[in-house]
Amino acid sequence: MTVSAPRRTAWPVALLAVTRRHALATIRTPAVVIMSVVQSVVFLLIFRYVFGGAIGTGGLDYVQFLAPGLLVVSMLFSVIGVGGAVAEDMGTGVTDRLKSLPIAPSAALVGRVLAQLGLSAVTLLATAAIAVAVGFRPGVGFAGLLGVLGWCLLVALTFGWVFILAGVATRDVQSAQGIGFVVLPLTFVSGAFVPAGSMPDWLRGFADNQPVTVLVAAARWLAHGDPRLANASHGGGYYVLVGLTWMAAILLAAAVAAVSLYRRR
Amino acid sequence: MSAIIETERLVKSYRGRPALRGIDLALESGIVHALLGPNGAGKTTLVSILSTVVRPDGGTARVAGHDVRREAAAVRGVIGLAGQHAAVEPKLTGRENLRVFGRLSGLGARAARHAAESALGRLGLEAVADRVAGGYSGGQRRRLDLAVSLVARPALVLLDEPTTGLDPLSRRQLWDAVAELTREGTDVLLTTQYLEEADALAGNVVVLNEGGIVAHGSPARLKSRVAGETVTIAVDRPEHAAVAAQSVPGDCRIDAERMSVTWSSRSGAREALGVFADLGARGIEVRELTIHRPTLDDVFLDLVGAEKPEGGGEPEGAEQPEGAGKPAGAGKPEGGR
Repeated sequence: MTVSAPRRTAWPVALLAVTRRHALATIRTPAVVIMSVVQSVVFLLIFRYVFGGAIGTGGLDYVQFLAPGLLVVSMLFSVIGVGGAVAEDMGTGVTDRLKSLPIAPSAALVGRVLAQLGLSAVTLLATAAIAVAVGFRPGVGFAGLLGVLGWCLLVALTFGWVFILAGVATRDVQSAQGIGFVVLPLTFVSGAFVPAGSMPDWLRGFADNQPVTVLVAAARWLAHGDPRLANASHGGGYYVLVGLTWMAAILLAAAVAAVSLYRRR
Repeated sequence: MSAIIETERLVKSYRGRPALRGIDLALESGIVHALLGPNGAGKTTLVSILSTVVRPDGGTARVAGHDVRREAAAVRGVIGLAGQHAAVEPKLTGRENLRVFGRLSGLGARAARHAAESALGRLGLEAVADRVAGGYSGGQRRRLDLAVSLVARPALVLLDEPTTGLDPLSRRQLWDAVAELTREGTDVLLTTQYLEEADALAGNVVVLNEGGIVAHGSPARLKSRVAGETVTIAVDRPEHAAVAAQSVPGDCRIDAERMSVTWSSRSGAREALGVFADLGARGIEVRELTIHRPTLDDVFLDLVGAEKPEGGGEPEGAEQPEGAGKPAGAGKPEGGR
């Protein structure tokens, strides 16, 4: 036996290798990519053309109201799947193997998030392109569009960590996917598709104070600027600040919990 | 530093259920070690602790001199783990899997590429190197899994039930790969439920049951714990079996139906030949003569079965020790499951 110094993998190298693994795996499962894009685009078209005519936004054209919110919502839907994938890795011994390698546990999970962010980005760009095609015109022009896209990626990053936590905590594919359903009340009982002001008071209390409503309002402001910010009770800058605070808090809590649970098990 | 693995009073429970009840081991470098035991014996728990995947509740464990708790990073830098499931990425090709895990094991980009090629060669996977692992057969997947665990040339490879569920040919290929590893100086600790496998591969066998070590030693030494060999001589007529019985030096059992006598002996071959010559002199034809040497199966049943109050039955011919995993806990202070 030749005794050599123990091997050790630098953090960025580990991150790159993990990201590469998951990114390749995602690309080679086109059904996942297609489903993510199709789901998001179908939501857009249904609300744009089916429900949109019946929803009053108080001045703003419905497609202008809808598009920023829908892009935010589609980010939440695009990251649900990562929970099940993480749980599957934990059940099939892949996680055990990764934990036996000389890499930092955080690199394994951050790499996972980055690869998932790739899927979200593809979904985002495709949906945004269709949104523009069906009439979405950001009030502050191209910069507004870029602002919304960047904001949406932050949303995907934040909620990606939430579902990674779900996978690490449950270690069970079905349970992790089940937790994904929290996205439904979070997105539908928010200001994304309809102004929260149109809801009954008891529901409005939830809708007004939950993060998705704030994130959507911020995205709307980034797209259109103050004058066209419909049905918002505060100025746009307020929503961006509160939104960033929400995301920082959620991301930090979920990431810290996920990494420490991952190490412990 | 001749011990590759040392443990002291290693204890681990899962939700109050003891999995390891105080394991003391000192396994030397240079030979293959096998952890042998039925399901639930604690084999996987022990491997998981040694590979730093699971933290022990109490006691210490050192791998190549590094403490698994305090120096986990160093332990991870000298081992390669192949767990019970083939833990490879099914969407990546064999070559890509090896490169990714090579990088994760601390190899540089070029070294990882190089190591991937050599690992493919060592396990005979060149032909399927560019196919995605999800399309591999069970045996190919297992070999890829083993290749991944040794891509960075670890000092110690931990293999948890490497051949469970494989067909005989794939199992043989895996055995060859493990034997090759040890020739190159890599230390190997493997777990198995197959006694034949421990016998074929290991120089040292640790028999685990119910989270404790019940025996420890070379296969030959373990086998010598089971008294003697079993000799059976079959003749051509029922009445000749009785004659044959008279030639047997000690007690024997006559099976009239099979026209045979059976006895156990410390020097089976010599006694068998004596009886054979004796019968030849009397003109009695011997149809069949078998000497059954004790296998690890016998040892295993002897060891594990000893804990059964009823004393167990006839171990011969049993492939898999039925109920060996759940001996009655009578008289054991831990009580347990």
